[in-house]
Amino acid sequence: MTPKRKQRLLLVAAMLVGVSVAVIFLLKAFNSNIMLFQSPSDIIAGKVKEGSRFRIGGMVVEGSVERGDTGLTTQFQLTDTANKVPVIYEGILPDLFSEGQGIVAMGSLDSSGLFVATEVLAKHDENYMPPEVADALKKAGKMPGTAANYGGSTVVNP
Amino acid sequence: MIAEIGQFALILALCAAVVLAVLPLIGSFIVQPQWMALARPAALLQLLMVTISYLALTSTFITNDFSVLYTANTSNTQLPLIYKISGVWGGHEGSILLWVWVLAIWTGAVAIFSKHMPAVLLSRVLSVLGMISIGFMLFVLLTSNPFERIFPIPVDGASLNPLLQDIGMAAHPPLLYMGYVGFSVAFAFAVAALLGGELDSATLRWMRPWTNIAWMFLTLGIALGSYWAYYELGWGGWWFWDPVENASFMPWLLGTALIHSLAASEKRGVFKAWTVLLAVLAFSLSLLGTFIVRSGVLTSVHAFASDPARGKFILYFLVITIGLSLLLFAVRSHKLKSTANFELVSRESALLLNNILLLVACAAVLLGTLYPLFLDALDMGKISVGPQYFNAVFVPLMLPVIMVVGIGALLNWKKDKLKGRQTTLLALVILSLIAGAILATQFDGYKITAAAAIGLAIWVAASSLYGVYYRLRNKRNRLSAAMHTPAAFWGMTIAHIGMGVFTLGVALTSMFADEQTVRMGIGETHELAGYEFRFKSIDEVRGPNYVAAQATFVITKEQNSVSTLVAEKRVYNVRRDTMTEAGIDGGLTRDLFIALGEHLGNNEWSIRLQYKPFIRWIWFGTVFMALGALLAAVDRRYRVAATTQKRARNTKVATGAATGAAS
Repeated sequence: MTPKRKQRLLLVAAMLVGVSVAVIFLLKAFNSNIMLFQSPSDIIAGKVKEGSRFRIGGMVVEGSVERGDTGLTTQFQLTDTANKVPVIYEGILPDLFSEGQGIVAMGSLDSSGLFVATEVLAKHDENYMPPEVADALKKAGKMPGTAANYGGSTVVNP
Repeated sequence: MIAEIGQFALILALCAAVVLAVLPLIGSFIVQPQWMALARPAALLQLLMVTISYLALTSTFITNDFSVLYTANTSNTQLPLIYKISGVWGGHEGSILLWVWVLAIWTGAVAIFSKHMPAVLLSRVLSVLGMISIGFMLFVLLTSNPFERIFPIPVDGASLNPLLQDIGMAAHPPLLYMGYVGFSVAFAFAVAALLGGELDSATLRWMRPWTNIAWMFLTLGIALGSYWAYYELGWGGWWFWDPVENASFMPWLLGTALIHSLAASEKRGVFKAWTVLLAVLAFSLSLLGTFIVRSGVLTSVHAFASDPARGKFILYFLVITIGLSLLLFAVRSHKLKSTANFELVSRESALLLNNILLLVACAAVLLGTLYPLFLDALDMGKISVGPQYFNAVFVPLMLPVIMVVGIGALLNWKKDKLKGRQTTLLALVILSLIAGAILATQFDGYKITAAAAIGLAIWVAASSLYGVYYRLRNKRNRLSAAMHTPAAFWGMTIAHIGMGVFTLGVALTSMFADEQTVRMGIGETHELAGYEFRFKSIDEVRGPNYVAAQATFVITKEQNSVSTLVAEKRVYNVRRDTMTEAGIDGGLTRDLFIALGEHLGNNEWSIRLQYKPFIRWIWFGTVFMALGALLAAVDRRYRVAATTQKRARNTKVATGAATGAAS
């Protein structure tokens, strides 16, 4: 082998090794950072392990929101109309958070079955329902009419 | 009436695009100079017609013509004029029309600034751009017509989403589209090169400034979007790895790779096929980004499936464009032979390393963005990929790029033993690390990672500046030599230093930012990162189309007044949307950030206080990069080359040589 060929082979080999290592780490990071979505019914059915992080979606039950007198703790119930799960969150809720609104929360279950949320999301659009929530509601057999027009253009009523 | 003019103009533009896409291309193969000569007027006619169409839509916004459905959905009589103009791209139909307009502008620009380009190349490039135009114009006319009427005519419009009623958000989409769509020019050159079966350095010299300008716009567009998210969303973050952000970031990563491989191809004749492939992929990712954002798949793949016309159209267009161009690549790329060799230690190797890392990083972002969509489409469950994944993958891939950026620029082409520079470089590494270690003591709580990050940023700047010194080392009059150094070299140096500035901003913000969410009543004080935040008062104020609760905070540090900040919670009149308007005291070394949460009763509010050290450096860095790209694009050599080529062509014509097809 000429020195030039040898050098080129070395370059190719180094690149292959480098890229493979990168891909291995990439897939590893990918696997450990996937977050599943669960509905309140999934949780009641015991599909979720205590302590594992996941996303939950549903509608905020009317009349269930309780704010603490001090601090920023809020407690409410989340439903897919079939089942309810209690949720606790400390911090500022998004602008569009309100009773009857569809939201998505991230966090984990504690031993008593309370969902401790680290993040609560609600989109800036009154017609929007998080797709996960719409899906969960559909599975539970109830889908309110408002969600039918997300994605498309809203028709203006004169 | 105006709306019909707009629609008619768009149909005429489509006709012009069809002529542009067909005749010059055929003419370039069967050697018909008259057909090829059609390319320029057709491109300009297309630009004129799309401009008329676009202005027609804008005028329906300004004149409150709510008989147009799109205008009624997006605008409102109360909307300030500036947001009526920017509201044109505030919804789906208008933003696609903007896409078409931007494409027409790029096509027109190529037609205007290409006086000296060989006719065969020019007609092919413009034809390819015409084909893309046809696709998007059909998309507008068939699935997303912004000129559709509505009856009965509503009294007032539904108004623009308040999130978009902001000057940053008004400028973000046009900048982003200028970048996205700008890669179509590089793409068109690449396809033309494949059609012709050759990619000479003259063609590459044509490609480089266009690609640089597109990249500059994309950089600014992404940076502005990030800045907007920072001050408008109320979270104080600057990047969320959100699919919409990723959609614009992937073309940026490949565009960055393309800029660098273009340099190697043009100067040394290496990586030619690779450069062409990158140009094809960069534009494909721009199209993919348009698909992701515009098809509705993000809302839900099921929403996409229930209103499929739009999404399917872009998807088919995407598949056809990528499929055909990759097929062309497979059949013709063997003709694009690299003409030179290089050794292990050389600038070519450094650029290759840069390209591979950027490509892997782009693949990682692609995986994290598309995988959840695929799973969802196949009904295999809903997952989301958190920012942790992107950070875990992205940072290690980019670190080597940042570490060697200065050395790469210092290496000679073909072969380099780094003779005479090793000692200096080693000294610079050590000095940078020492400087980093010392500067890190300025922060509360010494972190070895902070020392390393500061050291790295200094090293990037120092090694880049050493590159300047090394270039001028043997000149007698350094100042005049510096004046005569090509703009492209300064552009590269500035962009690379921008990387350092950016790195510093990202590292320090992520390491030393402090944040607290607290419950505060009027008159109460809270301390964060050494600053005292006093909640002074809350008032009701009225804006042009909203009512706001306005909180005033007085900030002091060790009894010295720092600033008075105003944070608002707005409720917009028409849509009843609530919006958070953060109060920010920006500075070179730190930002103080206050966002108002909810009213908890008894004049107590939930409040988010944030301390963000060096966050502005993130955007300063991107401005450096954009400036660097601009400088590189306006380098004299591209114009000189054009003149030389013209002279060469004239001689050719004079000697009676045919200017026929090159294949």
